[in-house]
Amino acid sequence: MNRRTLEETIFKLLMMISVCIVIGSLVIIFGLVIINGASSISIEMITQTPTPGNALGGGILNAIIGSLLLALPATGLACFIGIGIALYLQKEFTPVWFSNFIRFTLDVLWGVPSIVYGIFCLMIMIYLGMGSSLLVGIIALTLLEIPIITRYMDESIKLVPIGLKESSYSLGSTKFETAVRVVRKQAFPGILAGILLGLGRGIGDAASILFTAGFSNRIPGSLFDSTSALPTMIYNLYSLPSGQPKAYAAAFILLMIVLIISILSRILAKRFTKHVIR
Amino acid sequence: MKKSSINQIETKHLNVEFHNHPVIKDINIEIPAKQLTAIIGPSGCGKTTLLKSFNRLLEIQDDVKITGQIVVDGINIMSAGHNVPDIRKKMGLISQKPYPLPMSIFENVAYGLRIHHDKNAKELAENVQHCLQEVGLWNEVKDRLHDPASRLSVGQQQRLCLARAIAVQPEVLLCDEPTSALDPIAAQQIEKLLLKLKKDYTVILVTHTLRQAKRVADYVIFLYFGMVIEQGPADEFFNNPKNPETKAYLSGEIS
Amino acid sequence: MRKKLGNMNKRKIRDLIGTNLMLIGTLFASVLFFLIFILLFYRSALVLENTSIIDILFSSTWNPDNGQFGLAPIIIGTILVTGIALLIAIPISLLSAIYIAEYAPTKIRRMIRPFIDVLAGVPSVVYGLCAFLFLVPLVKDVIAPLFGVRTTGLCIFTAAVTLAVMVFPIIISLCVESFCAIPIALKEASLSVGATKWETVKKVVFRASSPSILAAILLGFGRAFGETIAINMVVGGIPVMPSSVFQPGETLASLIASKYGELMAIPLQESALMLVALILFVVVLLFNILGVFILRRAKKRWNY
Repeated sequence: MNRRTLEETIFKLLMMISVCIVIGSLVIIFGLVIINGASSISIEMITQTPTPGNALGGGILNAIIGSLLLALPATGLACFIGIGIALYLQKEFTPVWFSNFIRFTLDVLWGVPSIVYGIFCLMIMIYLGMGSSLLVGIIALTLLEIPIITRYMDESIKLVPIGLKESSYSLGSTKFETAVRVVRKQAFPGILAGILLGLGRGIGDAASILFTAGFSNRIPGSLFDSTSALPTMIYNLYSLPSGQPKAYAAAFILLMIVLIISILSRILAKRFTKHVIR
Repeated sequence: MKKSSINQIETKHLNVEFHNHPVIKDINIEIPAKQLTAIIGPSGCGKTTLLKSFNRLLEIQDDVKITGQIVVDGINIMSAGHNVPDIRKKMGLISQKPYPLPMSIFENVAYGLRIHHDKNAKELAENVQHCLQEVGLWNEVKDRLHDPASRLSVGQQQRLCLARAIAVQPEVLLCDEPTSALDPIAAQQIEKLLLKLKKDYTVILVTHTLRQAKRVADYVIFLYFGMVIEQGPADEFFNNPKNPETKAYLSGEIS
Repeated sequence: MRKKLGNMNKRKIRDLIGTNLMLIGTLFASVLFFLIFILLFYRSALVLENTSIIDILFSSTWNPDNGQFGLAPIIIGTILVTGIALLIAIPISLLSAIYIAEYAPTKIRRMIRPFIDVLAGVPSVVYGLCAFLFLVPLVKDVIAPLFGVRTTGLCIFTAAVTLAVMVFPIIISLCVESFCAIPIALKEASLSVGATKWETVKKVVFRASSPSILAAILLGFGRAFGETIAINMVVGGIPVMPSSVFQPGETLASLIASKYGELMAIPLQESALMLVALILFVVVLLFNILGVFILRRAKKRWNY
């Protein structure tokens, strides 16, 4: 064997090892969460709120509902704002320098650690004299999700062929009509992927809602009640031996939600490509 | 030394399937050495596939099944145990659209040389100059050898690809419609080059323009739906085709 | 006569309203960007009045009760954790990406890619929990004794490995995407002068996708640098200068999470934490600017 083939063989081996490490870490994560989660999850765990006066008793229903109440409205809001921005970044609406500037700010905002969003919202919250609440948590998650969703939508809108837009314009459509009716439909699979990515990120993030949504043993009754969520519950309980079953159960449910989102985005991406012109 | 009448490449019962769909069906051809062989036929008839099977490039694609023999210089390259890069080194490839490597003009030509011989810098520079002169590019680029190759015009890029191919001293040049992406003048340059190069190399030219084949070919192979309909020396093929389908193709009735 | 279609006035008004709503959304994004920066700057002014920025960045004592806010140990901790994480993650991710994109049979490639996507979607708190359950005992009982060190397992090394695993999917999926986007003819060009597959990967594929690889690494860096919760769960959370990687430490982002409970008790500490958040923001900003410049240059040079 000469030097050239030897080099290739060595690197091939290293590649295999690397792939095994990556797959191995995935297996370990899923194994740990599923094994620990399965042993601590039960009907009571997911249908009850903590017993009054004892945060460690009862179930984690408050966190499940809390997570959904935080992430779903936040994703909806972020999606509404995001699609507006993404459509507006097209050439017809903005000069290129401005859209590139916006893209740059969005990229920075994407990179900003979620804890910074948390502390930013906390600051505003204190300034307005509010306490930690569902509302502030939703706002923090919305801010966190906007750059993700927008940039994802933007990338897929960029791929819409110019000829498609031109044919819409030549039928007499206005810019707004073309954006909302034609471009949005063509870019729909990408838009959907962006929304689901944002939802996944939002539902799993702990740092931004740690101070803003607070902690509560009850299901929030209004926007101004503080609420638990799955990620913050894991963070608060993981190191207490008596709290660990709840942390495991919460991690299990969280992982399942993430898995469902991932599978869903694959299925939907396939289904919604039917109107897409290639 | 091989005589020019010897066949450089022969295929025996060559079959190629993509995703269980046959593209090349039982092909037996002989390609003469140091001549220009044109492979013609309508688009989608398997010309490119046949060409790429000669240097075993098909294997990098997914789900390909190749059976049969390809004999190059008397050796079946399809049998196991060959060092595939060595086979490929013998055959340069010129693709439809020029694909310069993401490097400078100089490095593009030097790329193969650096891989195969650890030449010293002076020899390397001389070799690169020689190859660029061979394709008539030297005078155009000698002042900007270290510019990115992507800044050349498409025609220049195609000649650069040719220089890159001949730098490693192949025996065969596989040309896959090398003029189809070029303007008429650049295309003419490439055609002339191929005619010049056939003195030293066996040139196999895939083309879908009959006129080009008539202009340059010494030997012609006509492919239709993955099968060889007719093959033979160019005069005979064009002036006295035997097969009715060939006649129909030559007269433009099928395409 | 055919009926005249549509009411142009109504459509014009709708167009105007819609376009302006979109403009407001777009302005919101850039305003948010500046608002975060200005507010963090404004709130950290208090601590900057008391102590100079040089003192804060280079002093090594973090003791809020005495009004000492030396960030040096925390900055060192952040650099160590992020640096080690990237040192582990970059080679492993690149090698995996090449394998998946270039070497793996199609069937295996189709199987691995969804797994990588799932890995990318796992919340950081779950990474933290798994690291706490698996990695911490492993480091404590197996890895540290190998080096003859005693540790609780809650240390900089554990945090770095956790981060590395979190960064894998980011770098891998972006790199695989860019490797697969390289035209097959370019690889054929290299192969047909007799290069081996590895030589083609090394000299052509890497080069042609170098902008995307860089972008992927920068994104991975951003994730590692700003990660809060997972690190907070395994790094030990002690803001002193670490003497080895098996010592507990603290990172900038994790510090905010650790101290948020005391946030409002001492105004000066609150201000110091705002400064930490500001530093995070500025570093992310600087790296993004750097990324834009590098990408622009790389793209200009090779046009791929």
